[in-house]
Amino acid sequence: MTCEEALVLVHALADGELDAGHARDVEAHVAQCPRCAAALAAAREMKERLRAAPLDFAVPASLRAGIDRAVPVPAPVTSRRALLKGVALGGVASALAAASVTFVVLRGSHDDRILGDAISAHLRSLQADHLTDVLSSNQHTVKPWFNGRIDLAPPVIDLTAQGFTLVGGRLDYIDGKPAAAIVYRRRVHVINLFVAQDLGAAPSTPQLTIVQGFNVLRWNENGLNLLAVSDLDREELQEFGAKFSAAARASAQG
Amino acid sequence: MTAHPRMALGGGGSSHREAMRPPEMRPPEMRSRETSVASTAEDERGRAQRFREAALPHLGDVYTLARYLLRNPADAEDAAQECYLRAFRHFDTFRGGPIKPWLLAILRNVCRAEYARRGTLAAVQADGMDAAADEVAETLWGEASPSPEAAGLSRFDAETVQRLIAQLPDAFREVLVLREINDLSYREIAEVTAAPVGTVMSRLARARALLRDLWLAEEKGS
Repeated sequence: MTCEEALVLVHALADGELDAGHARDVEAHVAQCPRCAAALAAAREMKERLRAAPLDFAVPASLRAGIDRAVPVPAPVTSRRALLKGVALGGVASALAAASVTFVVLRGSHDDRILGDAISAHLRSLQADHLTDVLSSNQHTVKPWFNGRIDLAPPVIDLTAQGFTLVGGRLDYIDGKPAAAIVYRRRVHVINLFVAQDLGAAPSTPQLTIVQGFNVLRWNENGLNLLAVSDLDREELQEFGAKFSAAARASAQG
Repeated sequence: MTAHPRMALGGGGSSHREAMRPPEMRPPEMRSRETSVASTAEDERGRAQRFREAALPHLGDVYTLARYLLRNPADAEDAAQECYLRAFRHFDTFRGGPIKPWLLAILRNVCRAEYARRGTLAAVQADGMDAAADEVAETLWGEASPSPEAAGLSRFDAETVQRLIAQLPDAFREVLVLREINDLSYREIAEVTAAPVGTVMSRLARARALLRDLWLAEEKGS
C-alpha cells in the first residue's frame, strides 16, 4: 500500500468504514510508516474533539410550528361530518351534540375571536391568492386607496429601507367589522398588519403573543388598534413593530 | 412530474391494456377517486401521520445541516421548512430504508438553490471546490503532516468549533458535518452528495486536515 492511499484510508479506518481485510492492510502500513501513523492519530484526535462538543443547533420553536402548519394531521373524519349527518337525521342525541358545538363556537372571549379572525384572515390572504386589493410599494398609492372603503385613515408607512417591503393593502373583516390590512414582506414571509378602531387588547407599545404558532404583535397607535400577524420569527416581528411605531410617531408629529 | 409514475402504478393492470382502452373509459384510479371521498380523506390523514412519525424525529439533523450549509439562522429555518414541505409532497416516492439521508439530500438541494439565489459567487466557489476535491489525493500527501508528538489539539467550546467548521469550503464542510454531526455512513454521504464513495473519502480526509489547520491557527490567535 502506498502512502498516497494510506493517507486517505486512515480516515476510513478511524471512521470504522473499512472491512477486516483493508483494515489489516492499513494497520500494517501504519505500523511501519510514522507519517501515516501520525495522520491516523490526527484523524482520531479530531474525531474525539468533535465528539466532545455538542455541535448541533437547537431547532427553533417557530420552525416546528411552521412544519406543524405545513403538514397538519387532519382532524379525524368523524366530528363535523358525523354531526351534520346527525342533524339531517334529526335525532335527539345529534341535536344535543349540535347544540354543544354551537356552544363551543360561541364560547371564547371577544379577544379570542379577534385573534382567531386575524389568523384566519392572514391564512386566507396567503392561500386564496388574495393578498392585496391594491398592489403597490408606494405608501402614497396605498393610503388613499382606503378612502371611502373604511371609516379610518390607516397609517401606511414605507419600511423598505428598514428591510420590510410594502406590498400593498386590502380590505378585510375582523370580528364582523371592516379592517384595513396593510401587507409587508420580509424575504419569503408575509406580514399582515390589521388596523381598526377596536382589535381588543392594545397596549401602548407593541406586545407579542403566539396564536396557533403564529407570532402576533398588538399595540395602539394614535388612537387606532394595530395587530400584526406573521410566521416571521419573533425577534424580526418585534423589530417590525418597533420600526413601524417609531416611523408612525415621527410622521404624526411632523 | 411525479404524478405520472404514480398514475401508472395506480392503474394496477398491465400498461398495454391501459393503452388500448377506448378513450371514454377512464382509468380505474380516476373512478375510485370520485366514489370514495371519505377513504381518501382517511388516506390523507394516514399519510400525514406516517410522514410526521418518520420525518419529524430528524428535524434536528436537518436544521443543523442547514445551519452549517447556509451559515445563517433565518435562511436555515426557511430551508428546513422548505425541505419538509418538499419531502411531504414527494413522500410517495420515498421507498423505505433509512429516511434521514433522503431528507438530508432534499435539504442539500434546497440549500444549493439558495446558493444560486444568493448569486453566482457561492455556486462558483462550490464548483471550484469540487474540482479541488477530485485532485485531493495529489495535494493531500504533499502537505506537511504533523509529527506524532505535535498531537494535542486544544479543547474549544462548541461555539468556537462551530465557527471553525463554518470556515471550511462548502464541499468539505458538508461531508464533515454529514459524517461527524449527522452521523451518516460513507455510503449514505455519497447518496446525499451525489458523489462516489471514493470522493467522499478523499474530501473527508481533506476536510479534517483543513480543520486541523484552522484549529492550530485559532490556538495561536487566542
